This record gives sequence, structure tokens and C-alpha cells, in this order.
Amino acid sequence: MIEFRQVSKVFDSGGKKVEALKNIQLSVNKGDIFGVIGFSGAGKSTLIRTVNLLEYPTSGEVIVKGKNLAKLSHNEIREAKKDIGMIFQHFNLINSRNVFHNVAMPLLLSGYNKKAVEDQVYETLRFVGLEEKANNYPDQLSGGQKQRVGIARALVTNPSILLCDEATSALDPETTKSILNLLKRINEEYNITILIITHEMEVIKEICNRVGVMEDGQIIETGSVYEVFAHPKTATTRNFVKSVIRDEVPQSVYQLLKEKDHFSRIFKIEFFGADSGQPIVSKTAKIYNVEINVLFGNITELQGIPFGNLVVELIGDNYEIERAIEYIISQEIEVKEVIEDGSEQRIDIERVVGNALHG
Amino acid sequence: MEVSKELILNALWETLYMVSVSLFFGGIIGIFLGVLLVVTRKGHILENRLIYSSVNPIVNIFRSIPFIILLVAIIPFTRLIVGTSIGTTAAIVPLVLHIGPYFSRLVENSLLEVDEGIIEAAKAMGATPLQIIYRFLMPEAFSSLILSLTTVTIGLIGATAMAGAIGGGGLGDVAITYGYQRFSSITILVTVVILVILVQAIQEIGNRLERKARRI
Repeated sequence: MIEFRQVSKVFDSGGKKVEALKNIQLSVNKGDIFGVIGFSGAGKSTLIRTVNLLEYPTSGEVIVKGKNLAKLSHNEIREAKKDIGMIFQHFNLINSRNVFHNVAMPLLLSGYNKKAVEDQVYETLRFVGLEEKANNYPDQLSGGQKQRVGIARALVTNPSILLCDEATSALDPETTKSILNLLKRINEEYNITILIITHEMEVIKEICNRVGVMEDGQIIETGSVYEVFAHPKTATTRNFVKSVIRDEVPQSVYQLLKEKDHFSRIFKIEFFGADSGQPIVSKTAKIYNVEINVLFGNITELQGIPFGNLVVELIGDNYEIERAIEYIISQEIEVKEVIEDGSEQRIDIERVVGNALHG
Repeated sequence: MEVSKELILNALWETLYMVSVSLFFGGIIGIFLGVLLVVTRKGHILENRLIYSSVNPIVNIFRSIPFIILLVAIIPFTRLIVGTSIGTTAAIVPLVLHIGPYFSRLVENSLLEVDEGIIEAAKAMGATPLQIIYRFLMPEAFSSLILSLTTVTIGLIGATAMAGAIGGGGLGDVAITYGYQRFSSITILVTVVILVILVQAIQEIGNRLERKARRI
């Protein structure tokens, strides 16, 4: 649907060359909700702008539905843009025009007749749930409503691609959720391919099926959201993952490790799909002669698959504990032991026990 | 000597005539040049260095010539355009050349205030440059343009006073020839009062229209 082939973009600002995009290689498939995440300045805004030629690539090609837009004539580009809707962080509505007029604008530009415009606009407004606000002006709307107008405006020409440029970054968490739900509905009901750029991992977690992580003008990691969340390869990605799933072991666990007066070992069990947390814990407790005490848990759901970690204390004799852990590992679940770091009197080293136990 | 009512009314009519006609043509020139100054600048929708770097200094030149000098300096041009170099109609030519470039700067300011995001949205939906100008830029700058036009109108009233130098007539001319040169304080007073009322009224109308445009 959208394919970036060796796309580079160099900005020339006062004789200084800034490389915003470096050899971007990325493809977005039809029906995807593809999220590009990165900190500000990573180049993601520039990336999304090359799709509808708000920015022209310095080199490389952006192929949209089989066509390299940059090679088309001005008229052909304008036509092609009607198939690519775009929404913005700051909505970019015409403040001097009411909601109806704002949504109608793309149709007015194409010279549709009045009746067709009216039908189309009201249908789209109904879809985004703003039918009764048609005669209001943007400054009379809340942020969420403004973004809905922006979405309606982007959808009114029935595009097959929707570009979202930090579409929820100016909204509060509650409104963000509702806008994300709306985007998901757009993807499902109209089968519109969505490309989202954001710095909020929450957005990726909520609706994307595939993700690309961007840093310093490059895509440093890409894959299904699940893959990338479960096995982040770079520090940047790990940081983003941490922003939605707390990965570190809380202090209280270390405290307990130090102060407990019975024999036990503490493990961090990481769930990447497969079975969810509880059955494994209770099964293990049933089969082996260990007591399992859940100290801390952070399980969320990614595209319907449970994902996260549990910190558990296994109480029993060492042999049983080892066997129990071996069992858990055999269920394709990663386990790390939480141990005390002697040198610092603090316990913050996680030893991977998988290999030791198997080897 | 006494100033007759007819004299004052006639002068008022001349002032209004000069102001409205030159506002019409000056307005067109101002909007045209102002839009040109915005859209041809670097990074804008019709970036064109040649046009920008020629229009920009021309506007500056006209803005820097004192009106009283412009009035007499362009007499041959005035004769070419309206067939005469004296009288009320002849005064309109320099008034237009005076106010057009001035207005263009105000138009330029108003248009530059329009949020760039709106232009980006327009581009994203495939608007042509002309569509961006009249569907996005102008409506967004409309209320600000009304205020600019008000300022220009009031500026024009001031400028018409000097039109007397080439026999343009008008209230300012009456004030000078009858009031100042013939020591008729009452004439000065009457004309000044009329001018004050005129300016107040125009400013008030401008403010109201602007508020209406902003839906306040």
C-alpha cells in the first residue's frame, strides 16, 4: 500500500545540512494500522509527510498504491491526494468556517454539486458522531470534537489511506482513547489503511498491528507490535515499551528479598502471549510442592494477547523450586531470577536462569 | 468671511469621492500585491524569488515617498491615466499609488498571521494555490483584513487633505484655503469636527464588522 524505498530527506537550513531521513526502507500493507514511534526530532513527521508529498524526498521513492507520486504531474498529484486523508496534532481546521464547511472543503475543492456535498458531509459527520454540531464553529468545540471534525474532513473523500500526524498528542487520555477507538472503527469498517506517527506508546499499544521505531532519521526496529514489544532489540525501543509496561522490579521486592526469614527464591516471569499469567501459576503450585506468592504483576493485553510480567516468590525446598521453574520454562515462558547484588547491598541484578537450568 | 453650507457639503462630497474611489482601486492593488508578497516568499505556496525581490522593494519605494512629493512627482503619469493633472479626479491617481502599497503591507501581515497548519491541511487535501488563497488564507485573515482596511480608509482621509495642492478639493483643502490662509477659525473648526466624526464613524463601522467576522 505504502512503500518507502531508500527514502532520504536532507533539509538545508542556513547552509547547514540536516539529514531528517536516512535510507528509510519500510512497507505498510493494506489494512494495516501501522504506527511509527519515536522521540521528537527523530524524523517521523518528515516521514509521514513524504507520503502525500508535503515533503519531497531528496532521494529514494515513496510508492503509494503502486505509484511514485513525486513522478506525477501537479494535477495527478492533486487527484492522488484525494485518496490520502490526513489529520493533524493541532487539527488545522478553518476557524472562520463552521463544522459543515470544514468537512465539506475537500469536496468543494473538487467542485462537487451542493446536494452531493451535503449528503456526503452529513453521512461522514454521523459516522464521527458530530451531526448536531454541523453549524458550530471550531472554537466552540472541545479538542476531541475538533479532531473528530479533522477526521471527518479526512474521510469525506472516501480515501483508502489515512495519515495521522500525532493525532492524539494534544488530547487528554480519555479523549485519546475515544479518538483511537474511532480510528480503529475507520480501519475496520471502511478498510482504510492507517499510518500513525506518535511519541506515545499507548497509541501503538491500543490500536496498531505493526510498528516501526524511529531514531535519528532511521527505522531502527520494525515488526508486529507483539514482536517488538516482547523482544525489543534496542535501548530506545525498550524505553518505549517501559512507558506502557513497567518492566523493572519494584523496590519493595528487593526489600523483601533482604528481609525475609524463610527460604524462598524470587523470579520474574515474563509472559509474551501463549498462556496468560494465572493458569501457569496455579498449575505450577498444584503440580509441585511449592507455594507461589505473587509479589508484583503487570499484565496488559496486546491485540488480544496477554503480555507483561509477574514477580513471584517461590517458597519450598530448593529442589522443588528448581523443578517448578523448569516446568514454567518448558511452557515457553521466560523466567529471570531476582537476586541480591552483594557489592552494593542492593538487589538489582536479574540473572537469566533458563540456560543454567537446562544446561 | 463666512463659510457657506454648500461649500462644506461640497467639500465633504469631494472627500468621500476621493476616499471611496481610491480605496476601491488601492484596495485591489493592495490585496493583489499583499497576496503576491506572501505567496512568493521563500517556502510559501508559489515561492518565486524574482517576483518577491522585485515587488518588495517597489512597495518600499512607494511607502517611503512622502505623499505631498508623490502628488506632484507623478503628474505626467496622472495626466496619462485620467487626462488631467488637476482636480478631484486627478488626485485619485496619486492617492491610489500611495495607499495601494501601504495596504499591501497590512494585507501581507494579516495573511502571514494565518496558521501554517491550515495551509498544510489545504495542501494535504490537494488544493491548488489559487484555492489555498481564496478558500483558506483569505477567509482566515478576513477579520484582520477588515481592520487593515479601516486603518487604510482613515489614512486616506488624512491624505486627501494634501490633495488640495493639485486642486483636489475636499474638507482638508477647505480647511487650509479658507481656514488657515484666510484666518477663518470657524472654518477650521467645522471641517475638523466633520473629519473627527467621519474618522470615528469609520473606525466604529470597521470594529463592528471585524467583531461580526469573528462572531463575537
